[in-house]
Amino acid sequence: MELILFMLFGAIAVGGAIMVVTRRHPMASALYLILTLFAVAALFALRQAHFLAAIQVIVYAGAVVVLFIFVIMLVNVPENKLPMERVTGMRLLGVVAAGLLILESAVLARKFAMPAGSTADAGSVQAVGRALFTDYLLAFEITSVLLLSAVIGAIAMAKKKI
Amino acid sequence: MTPVFDIAVAVARVAVFFAFVFGLVVIMTWVERKGAAYMQDRRGPNRARILGLTLGGVFHPLADALKFLFKEDFIPDGAHRLFYQLAPMFALAPAIMTMAVVPFGPPVTIAGKTIALQIADLNVGILYLFAVSGMAVYGVVLAGWSSNSKYPLLGGLRSSAQMISYEVSMGLSVMGIIMVFQSVRLSEIALGQGALLFGFLPKWGVFVQPLGFVLFLTALYAEANRTPFDLPEGESEIVAGYHLEYASFKFSMFMMAEYIHMVVGAAVVATMFFGGWQFPYLADKGFVLPGGFSVAVPAAAVLILRIGSFVGKTFFFCWLYVWIRWTIPRFRYDQVMRLGWKVMLPLSLLNIFVTGLVLLYIDKGGF
Repeated sequence: MELILFMLFGAIAVGGAIMVVTRRHPMASALYLILTLFAVAALFALRQAHFLAAIQVIVYAGAVVVLFIFVIMLVNVPENKLPMERVTGMRLLGVVAAGLLILESAVLARKFAMPAGSTADAGSVQAVGRALFTDYLLAFEITSVLLLSAVIGAIAMAKKKI
Repeated sequence: MTPVFDIAVAVARVAVFFAFVFGLVVIMTWVERKGAAYMQDRRGPNRARILGLTLGGVFHPLADALKFLFKEDFIPDGAHRLFYQLAPMFALAPAIMTMAVVPFGPPVTIAGKTIALQIADLNVGILYLFAVSGMAVYGVVLAGWSSNSKYPLLGGLRSSAQMISYEVSMGLSVMGIIMVFQSVRLSEIALGQGALLFGFLPKWGVFVQPLGFVLFLTALYAEANRTPFDLPEGESEIVAGYHLEYASFKFSMFMMAEYIHMVVGAAVVATMFFGGWQFPYLADKGFVLPGGFSVAVPAAAVLILRIGSFVGKTFFFCWLYVWIRWTIPRFRYDQVMRLGWKVMLPLSLLNIFVTGLVLLYIDKGGF
């Protein structure tokens, strides 16, 4: 059952990601991105990482992609003025590189066994919270400061006079 | 027990709560119009009749629904057809999904099996609620953009900015509740509110988190695009906002989404801040009053009182939407943004800080 669900959501995630890069209209790409993010959240939930799954949806699908769509709406390029994308040598090389990357990760995945299925509790809100505020406190705080400086930097760059 | 029994229970739970929410949605469309009428000193809808009965206009929701079904379903010229058709579904589906985690009664034991009166008791509870309700913004944004018209675009932009802004303070305002009851499961939060504070006050969220309650309620109104935060639809400025170009059943899907959001929001407020299914001073075996008195009540009556308590509280908060809608005028856009970022956000952070201090003090043996 878990394997079937894994295959299903994995296929949705990969299929959605392919659609994101191949759709001509940016709005369609953004909607497929939401689909991919949801499928990845489902994969997290399958690995008992429920907290991570919920946060994935809240942060990425609920906030980040909304901002993408916001920009698409504001720019609002008419359909007949969307740039035609052509197949170039660079793009073909990209496809080859992607294929090599998939091959490489498949080889690596065969070499290193997946960690045994975590217990049901390891992905709960309590467990993640405890881990963040004890074992990984320093890393957590440094990340927070980094994000804060990014926010301040964005405001400073966007606004000439504060 | 057999899996058939489990499936039957699951289906029954979904059916009951679905019927409850949709029933309330239908009633609310009537309450809204009738409430508006009485607050403005007029009679309101009272013409729809079946067999000569009008019953104060309760048949109007039925008439409205039929009207929506039979109107022409058109797509405006120049609309992005696919996205235009998708938008109402993006609006309605998350609204329906949010009702899954609200507990509408205490766990009951049938044939030796404990059944939670809740569609799904997820261990991420409130986070699921935020995740799903956050999706509602896509319906609004897509509708506003795909209609290819100025007013809907403005409405969609306003709405998405407003929803993102208030989602922040909404999430932070319930942190206090999570800290006090030490769980994100709504079932455990409801259970925790059965205790008494200082021996006489029910330990309801509103008593332990008064500021959190005010902030959450405000953010809820902003998220549901209700007055005084209904700028996305501000009819005097942008006609009807994001659903201006919609008609017929597609329009009614937006309406339904809005009302389901209201009803589920009311149920969530009742659950987190007003004890959910807890009836004041009612324990499993009967009433236990603060002076040492106790009155035995049969188990079935306890269950009915508790579910009734949840339904009553939900009704009250549904009515509160109408009450506030016809009492407070709409804010200006800059006022909404200033309130969200400069008042609500600092206050909700302060609330978390103070809650943490008090919990630490209690932990060290205070109170």
